[in-house]
Amino acid sequence: MELATDTHNGFAVTLRNLEKRFGDFVAVNRVNLDVRKGEIFGFLGPNGAGKSTTIRMLCGILEPTAGSGTVAGFDITRQAEEIKKHIGYMSQRFSLYEDLTVAENIDFYSGIYRIPAARKNARKEWVIEMAGLTEHRNSRTAILSGGWKQRLALGCAILHEPPIIFLDEPTSGVDPISRRNFWDLIYQLAGEGVTVFVTTHYMDEAEYCDRLGLIYRGELIALGTPGELKSRFMAEEVIEVLCDQPQEALEPIEQLAEVKHAALFGRGLHVVAERADDAIPAITARLKELNLPVNRIEQILPSLEDVFVSQIESHDRKEAPQREVAS
Amino acid sequence: MLERLKCMLVKEFIQALRDPRMRFILFVLPVFQTVVFGYAVNTDVRQVATAIYDLDNSQESRELTAQFVKSGYFKVTEYVDRDSQVRELIDRGKVKAAIRMDRGFGAAIRAGRSTPLQIILDGSDSNTAGIVLNYAGKIAARYSEQLQLQQVTRKGGIPMRTGGVELQSRAWFNDNLESRNFYVPAVIANIVMIITMLLSSMAVVREKEIGTMEQIIVTPIRKFEFILGKTIPFVLIGFLDVALITLVAVFWFEVPIRGSLLLLFGATALFLMSSLGFGLFISTISQTQQQAMMSAFFFIFPAMLLSGFAFPIENMPPAVQWLTYANPLRYYIVIIRSIYLKGVGVAVLWPQMLGLAILGGVILSFAVRRFHKTLS
Ligand SMILES: Nc1ncnc2c1ncn2[C@@H]1O[C@H](COP(=O)(O)OP(=O)(O)OP(=O)(O)O)[C@@H](O)[C@H]1O
Ligand SMILES: [Mg+2]
Repeated sequence: MELATDTHNGFAVTLRNLEKRFGDFVAVNRVNLDVRKGEIFGFLGPNGAGKSTTIRMLCGILEPTAGSGTVAGFDITRQAEEIKKHIGYMSQRFSLYEDLTVAENIDFYSGIYRIPAARKNARKEWVIEMAGLTEHRNSRTAILSGGWKQRLALGCAILHEPPIIFLDEPTSGVDPISRRNFWDLIYQLAGEGVTVFVTTHYMDEAEYCDRLGLIYRGELIALGTPGELKSRFMAEEVIEVLCDQPQEALEPIEQLAEVKHAALFGRGLHVVAERADDAIPAITARLKELNLPVNRIEQILPSLEDVFVSQIESHDRKEAPQREVAS
Repeated sequence: MLERLKCMLVKEFIQALRDPRMRFILFVLPVFQTVVFGYAVNTDVRQVATAIYDLDNSQESRELTAQFVKSGYFKVTEYVDRDSQVRELIDRGKVKAAIRMDRGFGAAIRAGRSTPLQIILDGSDSNTAGIVLNYAGKIAARYSEQLQLQQVTRKGGIPMRTGGVELQSRAWFNDNLESRNFYVPAVIANIVMIITMLLSSMAVVREKEIGTMEQIIVTPIRKFEFILGKTIPFVLIGFLDVALITLVAVFWFEVPIRGSLLLLFGATALFLMSSLGFGLFISTISQTQQQAMMSAFFFIFPAMLLSGFAFPIENMPPAVQWLTYANPLRYYIVIIRSIYLKGVGVAVLWPQMLGLAILGGVILSFAVRRFHKTLS
């Protein structure tokens, strides 16, 4: 086995100017990132942002077009096969064999990972137990529900007890209870020192992560703990407006000079402004003119969603003039 | 190495044998194809539907007609008395041949003069037409010989034994020129090619399509373990199909097998290198099973046409004949037919075996080199 060079510096994943192009299209654009060992790192971004493409490069499924990176101390371009021994990966699509039974799938992967005979059975029982599939061990995977499939897929991905696992939208299309159970498992693994690199669309899941990266159009546009993102990456202030007809209030509020933008949020509105102290009186006055009674208006701590919407919009504003010149 | 290979094989066999459609393709289809070829592909010419266009209606013309019928090659289905009727019957495919004897046919013979006999053939199937013409010529020649003999006798002379030459053709190895003996063994080649090339490529591509390939790629499985795991099942299935078709050929169709079965399996192993090599190559250029199927047929059709299975290679233009040397199926079919019908061994067949080994080695190593453990 080749010696890992920099695992001792505490990073499970390091990326330097990692880039992936498909023809002219830049799917991942010079991403720099360090993920510490034992961390739960969340990778967030809208559809098509480049989350899966990045993970695939880290797992040796795709070759980067440019840049470099290490996973578990091994180089992602030159030592991909070495990396594969040290990681677990769960792809965005369910990727076990549907025509094989639960037990046959587990046996297949434990053979491929060459789990020692002495541990094989214990690992198998552990996965079956963890996924709650004791009664279905001899059922074909095709008949399992979404939550079961996901837990089985996770089980097969960590049969060989890898120190780093990559999970690509592991909970999409799964009910809230199953999602909760799934995250309990992730916490359990992280508690045992496993590094978890996970992509998600769900903001509540993002809050569970130790650190987050926001990727948009292939670029990493924000990075930090959930708390840091809310305080540091949000230059503006957020005001929550609760009123009876938020849809009708939306446009007049957006037109105010003191307001940057506004969005519907639950049963009210979230308004982003340079300074809340200036905006609150302006909004109150405007809504009074329009005869839209306000139930409550106050400055709030931004949610992660506010941060991401604001980051993406400010990124778009920066990019837009350039793109017009280019085209 | 062995452990990973073992679990690949277990998985592949479970997948291949659990699916009822797959079982059908693997084991029923080959037998079905053999039976179809055994019964349907028959180029033997017998009992050709024939119209008699007898304008003379004399003793002589009736006698000649009887000779045609007696030969067993012709079956009189229609009697006609106009040109237009002949044309119509042939157009509609009701008859393949018409025999025309003009008025004065009998009189001419009685007077000791020679007289024309016309045979009209449906030339759209040129192969059959040629054979029928050949038979008709022989029957006519025998009849005139008889007439000469009778004439000499009638004139009171002693029939002179003229030293005529008679061609006695005898087809070796396939005494009755049964087309079945020729085609059924070669079905082995077609089936083995289709099953192994098509199904092996689809087995790989299916994993890309359903997404399991991505999961396999992130495991430490080695390229060779994966390739062997995907191809060995089809090697075994290929052998099984050879055995199955041989059983049907020998016990159902009574096709003789005169050579060594061992050699047959050896040649099959050599052929599988090319066939699985192509299958593997196709799997590297296809993303879906449908694409794989299209690409496989892109190889299979020319390979069949240029194999000598149905169309003799000697009849092809020289340039195309050269092309057939690059076709592994050509060698395999020669080997199979020779083992079955001639019973010859390696001493005779080594050039073909060498051809298969070289082509197989080149194709397989090219495909293996192209095969990568990444998605793209
Ligand atoms: N093999 C490929 N060839 C061409 N374009 C690709 C390929 N794979 C991905 N892309 C493009 O790259 C971009 C990023 O895709 P990626 O799958 O990484 O997005 P994602 O962030 O995972 O999105 P999602 O949330 O929908 O899974 C998309 O626009 C996608 O169309
Ligand atoms: Mg994705």
